[in-house]
Amino acid sequence: MTPSVRRWTFLVAAAALGGLLVWGMSGLPPFGDYHGVYGLLLNEVAVPERHATNVVAAVTFDYRGVDTMIEEFILFAAVIGVAVLLRNMRFEEEHEPEEQARGRRVPGTSNAVRVIGLTLLGPIVLYGLYVVAHGHLTPGGGFQGGVVLATGALLVYLSGEYVTLRRVRPQAFIDLAEATGAGSYVVVGLYGLVVAGSFLANFLPLGKIGTLPSAGTMPIINLAVGLEVAAGFTLLLSEFLDQTLVLDSTGRRT
Amino acid sequence: MTTVLLVVVLLMVAAGGTAVVLTRDPLNQAMIASFYGLVLGLLFLLMQAPDVGLSQITVGAVALPLMILLALAKVRRDSR
Repeated sequence: MTPSVRRWTFLVAAAALGGLLVWGMSGLPPFGDYHGVYGLLLNEVAVPERHATNVVAAVTFDYRGVDTMIEEFILFAAVIGVAVLLRNMRFEEEHEPEEQARGRRVPGTSNAVRVIGLTLLGPIVLYGLYVVAHGHLTPGGGFQGGVVLATGALLVYLSGEYVTLRRVRPQAFIDLAEATGAGSYVVVGLYGLVVAGSFLANFLPLGKIGTLPSAGTMPIINLAVGLEVAAGFTLLLSEFLDQTLVLDSTGRRT
Repeated sequence: MTTVLLVVVLLMVAAGGTAVVLTRDPLNQAMIASFYGLVLGLLFLLMQAPDVGLSQITVGAVALPLMILLALAKVRRDSR
């Protein structure tokens, strides 16, 4: 196929696809014109039934809590997959981080990056905790807050040295936190099965609408997800950094 | 007002997506993909899906470019 034939094939196909897209989209209902029975019903019942002002959280952590649990384990499995792929191979040996080695090639962190990183660290961690804790009240929740928390670890790495990051996140603790986060979700579900008769039943008192201790099990599950996600992303970050900065292939493949 | 904002952000999404595709250097591409993720998050926020917007920003603007950057650092170090 010559380049000009290829170009014309693409142009004709793209024009056809574009035409179909415009035709299809012109038939879409207008923005905000919603007729989903299930969604309208949830909008009605979520606040009185579950005392959660964020209906999205009521769906993801209560009415369809099982879906979210499986999603959490998708992330869990993905992080474990990365950890397994990036494990220490037999032909690799660990050496001191490049930043400490003699004749270091990595330029030192600039003072500007260091100051901004350390200034942001506190607010970022606080904001992450806020997003996790208020998941049932306002947009946010364990997943988003967890990733925000994990960027705290990234800031430590950016503003300090890799060694500092290793000191503030002991590997065993991070592994434990990730597993605890993932496991607690299932434990909350099983506890609901025992005391209320169905898996992930909302067995806790619902509390006053709009306050932090409300919506029953939702804040607990959010906390579990936040722990799992924050630890998972920190693990991902440190696995990659271990690969880049500490591990070296000796070239001997056994 | 919202319509104007929506049109502006949609144009930014179109420009961002095109820029991601047209950038050939993976390092620059990761940076532009991060910006594109942020703009998509804005779009979701304007369309009244703040929950999705937050997820989009954390994953699209932070996590994904970070993984690409770390993988690039690893690849470049090995080829040195």
